[in-house]
Amino acid sequence: MSVFPLGRRRQRLHDASPPALVLEDDWSRPSVRWGLGTAHTVLLVLLVIIGLGPILWLAKSAITPTQDTLATPLALFPHGFAWSNLTDAWNTIDIGLYMWNTIVLAFGSLIAQIVVATTGAYALSALRPKFGGVIMALLLTTLFVPPVVLLVPLYVEIVHPPLIDHSFVNNYFAIWLPEAASAFNVVLMKRFFDNLPREIFEAARIDGCGSFRLFFSIVLPMSRPILGVVSIFAVLASWKDYLWPLLVLGNTNLQPLSVRLYAIEDFTPLGYFLAAMLITCIVPIIGFLVFQRGFLRGTGLSGALKG
Amino acid sequence: MTPKLEEMGPALTTEAAGGPSGVRLRRTPLTWVQQGGIGRLVFLLPLLLVFGAFSWYPIVRLVLMSFQYTNLVQPPTWVGLANFSAVIHDPLFPIAVRNTAEFAGLALVFGYPIPLIAAVLISEVRSRRGLYSALAYLPVVIPPVVSVLLWKTFYDAAPNGVFNTILGWVGIGPQPWIQSQSAALPSLVLESTWANAGSTVIIYLAALTGVNRELYEAASVDGAGLWKKVWHVTLPQIRTVLLVTMILQIIGTAQVFLEPYLFTLGGPANSTLTVMLLIYDYAFGNSLGGDYGKAAALSLMLVAFLAVFSLIYLRVTRSWSNQ
Repeated sequence: MSVFPLGRRRQRLHDASPPALVLEDDWSRPSVRWGLGTAHTVLLVLLVIIGLGPILWLAKSAITPTQDTLATPLALFPHGFAWSNLTDAWNTIDIGLYMWNTIVLAFGSLIAQIVVATTGAYALSALRPKFGGVIMALLLTTLFVPPVVLLVPLYVEIVHPPLIDHSFVNNYFAIWLPEAASAFNVVLMKRFFDNLPREIFEAARIDGCGSFRLFFSIVLPMSRPILGVVSIFAVLASWKDYLWPLLVLGNTNLQPLSVRLYAIEDFTPLGYFLAAMLITCIVPIIGFLVFQRGFLRGTGLSGALKG
Repeated sequence: MTPKLEEMGPALTTEAAGGPSGVRLRRTPLTWVQQGGIGRLVFLLPLLLVFGAFSWYPIVRLVLMSFQYTNLVQPPTWVGLANFSAVIHDPLFPIAVRNTAEFAGLALVFGYPIPLIAAVLISEVRSRRGLYSALAYLPVVIPPVVSVLLWKTFYDAAPNGVFNTILGWVGIGPQPWIQSQSAALPSLVLESTWANAGSTVIIYLAALTGVNRELYEAASVDGAGLWKKVWHVTLPQIRTVLLVTMILQIIGTAQVFLEPYLFTLGGPANSTLTVMLLIYDYAFGNSLGGDYGKAAALSLMLVAFLAVFSLIYLRVTRSWSNQ
């Protein structure tokens, strides 16, 4: 079960190794070669149509006049382009503001999640506090409680917090902090720290390195791969979030793009609306293309952790 | 939820509770500070505060609220099991349960075999394997609101809607999609499968890299063909992951909310009303003030059901996965 760092090395080894199901001897047989080759071509065509197709359609329709999209949705620019959709959507829907809100929400969640996951996991893994076992058990229990069922008590807590007589509705902390309570992050991070070589910790301690310096100058710099994975998923999850911001951020000037999009659906011309949708999903798509390895490794890792 | 997490729990517990070795005769505040107690507390504090406030406390509150009447104006009053009986006697409750079960079942039929077939095929690709995985994963990074609203456009019931145009090419007449009582739920499942299947593909691909190569070679020596190797080596080797993704998918689809909320708001004629949507309606659907107790009671029933279901599932599949 040691996912890091051993598992990563093993996985990279396998990435480089040839596929195993069809061995080289089979591969040299023409029937296998043709059969599998055909299957792969069909798969690639299907993946392009199904995986990429809807997004290409969105990109096409975002720069097509509304009338053309309504009349002939699958025709390619029968009456030319409508680049103005993009600028009109940006200006009339005020996308700049909502994009900024989305970015602020994503980065706040990122910072909150990283702070809680790294400090907590470091304490549990390296400092071994007295009730560490109890805390870990409580963390693992929360993995079994689906987050959506906490919606109602969390909402009531945000509106009427105990001890404090102040509603946190329309406050970004009401989004950032609950997202930081991710046991998954802490477990993932703790597992990584557990696999760091203990000798380095001991050597640093003997050299008079306190727990703060150990954390900031040794543990954090060594954790870049796992920090990358947690960051990618923190930002993506925040960008994708809809229901919680909808409930907590009633003030439209504070809402992220996802909440705004659904709200404006009924009174926005289709061309503008599709352009706004394209702008909303272009950021995660570019992020995915840039950090593809991190995305795919992190997803495989989450499977390994759950498995 | 998964056997390995359960195994991990006690292991971590004993490890963490062991503490630094050495005999401590007396614990005073001074020794606590000298042994780095402040540092430990400072590092644990963010975790304890955030989980305490936004995870552990809401779980306790959920249980309490389900036995209370709460409207956020007056102080809550204890009502015993009234919330639970109100939920059970709600005529919408059986409809929501049936629709949720149907959604989960259909999602398994659509969404379980396809990622497996795709992953097995992709793992045998000899060049540009990354391109295949990236294409499969792409829908996962699209924000769900965009996917749903985009598919809503595709599901346009007019003859010149996107999907109806494509059906027209092969001579099939226009379909009502999300506007028909019988087709709405399967349409939602179709979109949800498109949006989520990619991450399952990647999980399977990661599992497939762990299959021991020698097993395939041995099977080859024994004269096993391609199908036999898939059936007798590949699938048994990744069975733990297969079992876990199945239960995770069931747990995930049992909480489906976004699709019915954004596509149809539970309509037409409640044909896509799910349990989560009913919880939402109890708590936030009424502009006069939510019935939070009823919502909490139904939430608790959902968690309890999923927990019992997972336990039974693990018990039934245990002998199968730990051979």
